[in-house]
Amino acid sequence: MGGRDATMVLLDENGIRCDGRKIDEPRRIMIKAGGLKNADGSAYIEFGDNKILVGVFGPRDVHPKHMSNTDTGILRVRYHMEPFSVGERKRPAPSRREIEISKVIKEALEPAVMLEKFPRTAVDVFIEVLQADGGTRCAALTAASVALADAGIPMRDMVAAIASGKVADTIILDVNNEEDQAGQADMPVGYMPSLKKITLLQLDGVLTPEEYKKCVDVGVKGCELVYELQKKALHDKYFGNRGD
Amino acid sequence: MADKRKYVIPGDIVTSGPFRPEQNVILEGNNIIATAVGISEIYDDSVKVIPLTGKYLPKINDLVIGKVVSHTSLSWELDINSCYIGFLPAMDVFGRDFSTHADELSSKLKTGDLVAARIANFDRTRDPLITIADRDLGKIDDGVLVKISTSKVPRLIGKKGSMIQMIEMGTNAAITIGQNGWVVISCETEEGLSKAKKAVEMVNEKAHIANLTDLIKDMLDGKDES
Repeated sequence: MGGRDATMVLLDENGIRCDGRKIDEPRRIMIKAGGLKNADGSAYIEFGDNKILVGVFGPRDVHPKHMSNTDTGILRVRYHMEPFSVGERKRPAPSRREIEISKVIKEALEPAVMLEKFPRTAVDVFIEVLQADGGTRCAALTAASVALADAGIPMRDMVAAIASGKVADTIILDVNNEEDQAGQADMPVGYMPSLKKITLLQLDGVLTPEEYKKCVDVGVKGCELVYELQKKALHDKYFGNRGD
Repeated sequence: MADKRKYVIPGDIVTSGPFRPEQNVILEGNNIIATAVGISEIYDDSVKVIPLTGKYLPKINDLVIGKVVSHTSLSWELDINSCYIGFLPAMDVFGRDFSTHADELSSKLKTGDLVAARIANFDRTRDPLITIADRDLGKIDDGVLVKISTSKVPRLIGKKGSMIQMIEMGTNAAITIGQNGWVVISCETEEGLSKAKKAVEMVNEKAHIANLTDLIKDMLDGKDES
């Protein structure tokens, strides 16, 4: 990512990052399943300072009709950032970046959902970023998968996501906005924890093969932490006072 | 008998071993994995998950309540609270000697009418085919429609129909439950109707409570404090 800002201390000598976290410590994560009455399924996530709301509709009729597939249902994802989600007002029209992230999230969810049970239908996922602070695609993917489960869409597994990266020559977990801007690498990882399969892997920056392997490992471990919270969110909504 | 009930979410391993995967589970290697949020049940040789959420998926022989949304010269289209529209051919209503010239479809069923129907045929290639040619099926003339969650229909019916019988006895109402989550209540008295409606809504909201039967009973007997 563009400007390498040398003035900010991203990692001090004690291994403490610019926002006070340790190198393998994620930000505070809160996930809530449900919340939207009119959507078939919904979820809200707070991932550090990211605040994202996801609504899922479907399976339902496909419009326009020509998009429908007689063999399987289709998944449609819209990732959108509110004009007030970032420091300077963002124009509300979908940007190049938002269109790309929509596609990336869609492709990360597709291995998990079993839409072949609903031919000729569509499942629509609407992701609204209310507040952004780096790593929105991972947070959005995490929330989208909770919302899909809440909507009762059959899924092989949940998809949990978190970014790992490289800052001051150290591999870290959960890259925040400052580290994303000034760091050396950023790697969002989407992972299906029970099936042990990666569904999203991007890399922005330069890593050696060893660093790359470590980065993936750190990301996968982070996803397992996120998965526990996804689980908790769904348990709280559906099994709340019933224990297990 | 069902034992080892567990609360599961998609991706949870229900069990492993030689079991037959039934509803909402898949076999992945040697493990049986849940694909929905729900309660898992392990039987002697099979495993299933009872979902707690999700839309209605038509199943052959299900009784559903449908709402006429439109018609062509040959058939009606029914909203059955699913991702597919119900298809009711005119021949089913008019009989074999149906002719497109002589019979006017809107004379029997108009847009907006409620129909108790049965899913005659459904597979993944076509929309569900619906029939009303049976006892107790056909147009619903009076009553109020209550929409509940599809996953709570079994709870409303209860074990061998115990819950619904209790509500019907307590209010003198006639209740038709569609598997698609639509319920029609008709009653001669205003009081019984509102009571029955309240009871059905209560089941919908509090389906997970263990002593729901007692709660509903108290409500019906008028010992209601809420």
